[in-house]
Amino acid sequence: MLNDYLVTHTLNIDNAHVHEALWAVADPEIPVLGLMDMGVVRRVQVDGQLVTVDITPTYSGCPAMDTMADDIKKELRDRGFEPTVNLVLSPPWSTDMITERGRKKLADYGIAPPMSEESDKMALLGEARIVKCTNCGSTRTKMISQFGSTACKALFQCEDCLEPFDYFKCLK
Amino acid sequence: MKEDLFEYLLMLGDNSMILGHRLSELCGHGPTLETDIALTNMSLDLFGEVRSLFQYAAQVKGGGATEDSVAMLRSDREYRHVWLVEQPNTDFGHVIGRQFFYDNYHLPLLEQLTKSKDATVAAIAAKSVKESRYHLRFSAEWVKRLGDGTEESHQRMQSAIDHLYPFVAELYQPTPIERDMLAAGVGADLEAVQAQSLETIEQVLADATLSIPEGDPRMTMGKQGIHSEHLGYILSDLQYMQRAYPNMQW
Repeated sequence: MLNDYLVTHTLNIDNAHVHEALWAVADPEIPVLGLMDMGVVRRVQVDGQLVTVDITPTYSGCPAMDTMADDIKKELRDRGFEPTVNLVLSPPWSTDMITERGRKKLADYGIAPPMSEESDKMALLGEARIVKCTNCGSTRTKMISQFGSTACKALFQCEDCLEPFDYFKCLK
Repeated sequence: MKEDLFEYLLMLGDNSMILGHRLSELCGHGPTLETDIALTNMSLDLFGEVRSLFQYAAQVKGGGATEDSVAMLRSDREYRHVWLVEQPNTDFGHVIGRQFFYDNYHLPLLEQLTKSKDATVAAIAAKSVKESRYHLRFSAEWVKRLGDGTEESHQRMQSAIDHLYPFVAELYQPTPIERDMLAAGVGADLEAVQAQSLETIEQVLADATLSIPEGDPRMTMGKQGIHSEHLGYILSDLQYMQRAYPNMQW
């Protein structure tokens, strides 16, 4: 797990323009979350004007991946680069790769960030009330549906403020 | 070997594609909003797996094949899925029963394939196995809820199990290609997959107060390309755009 986690954080992008381009791309379905914070960028190679970016899908059928690949190419082209984006499957993405900053952004946006595998299982099976309401902070929450508005989320509701909210499921 | 690998990838991909298509038919028709979203989410996961498998299959086949041509431009006899996955969406009990039996095969299958000597197959399996766990959790919960629910839901769930169970055996009957792929260290050991599946099936059905029907399995040969009448209707829908507008793209 630690190694996978580090893949994202040790990315050494020494070209400032490439760095800026990649940080400018956001998830089309969760616009507050940039793809760098999401941890989907695996490798970046810069060779003059040629830039190769390897990204890994969050969920295998996630339609946002195609859009993100197009957005990466656009941002790089706008800065005068010739981009290639490859989709790599291994090692598979896990929610551990979302940065701390990304988790905070998710919560601020109204999506409860993923918990540890063990806590996640307890929450989804209804064994423990631990998912924090993104509106009022209460943990008196219940799962409405294991599958939410996108493949990566489950739908929860707070029993104190009654607000429904998304929970980003743990994927390991 | 190359032809065998191609055929094996079709066997893996076609099951998930035809089931994914059946689930997609429920988009907007699920019994509740939450189940509708869940079923279409699972469809999307299955199609994600299928895309990866068919991209690889197209690469193995060569000669200008693409994921789309592999998925859309075969005739009925060239599909390699089992009869279970083409069973129609009769009622929610049948939808859940079909999903439950498939998930019980799919999860241990993918777990094994993560150790495949073929690095691409292993990578695809490692990706999809995580999603498959969510599917089984969902379908098993619903089998229990319906089986151990009201008299009506119990009776409907039992009749779905009675209808579907005879199709389950086909999943675990290896064809010569599956045997060769296992021997080559690429494919899964269906005997081990079956042992693991049956354990969960028996456990869940017992919890759900449902019984496994007696009688022999259906003699079906989906993996050899012999399908039920349902496939023609599925393909007329699935392939419509490519047949009406050849080589069209989004």
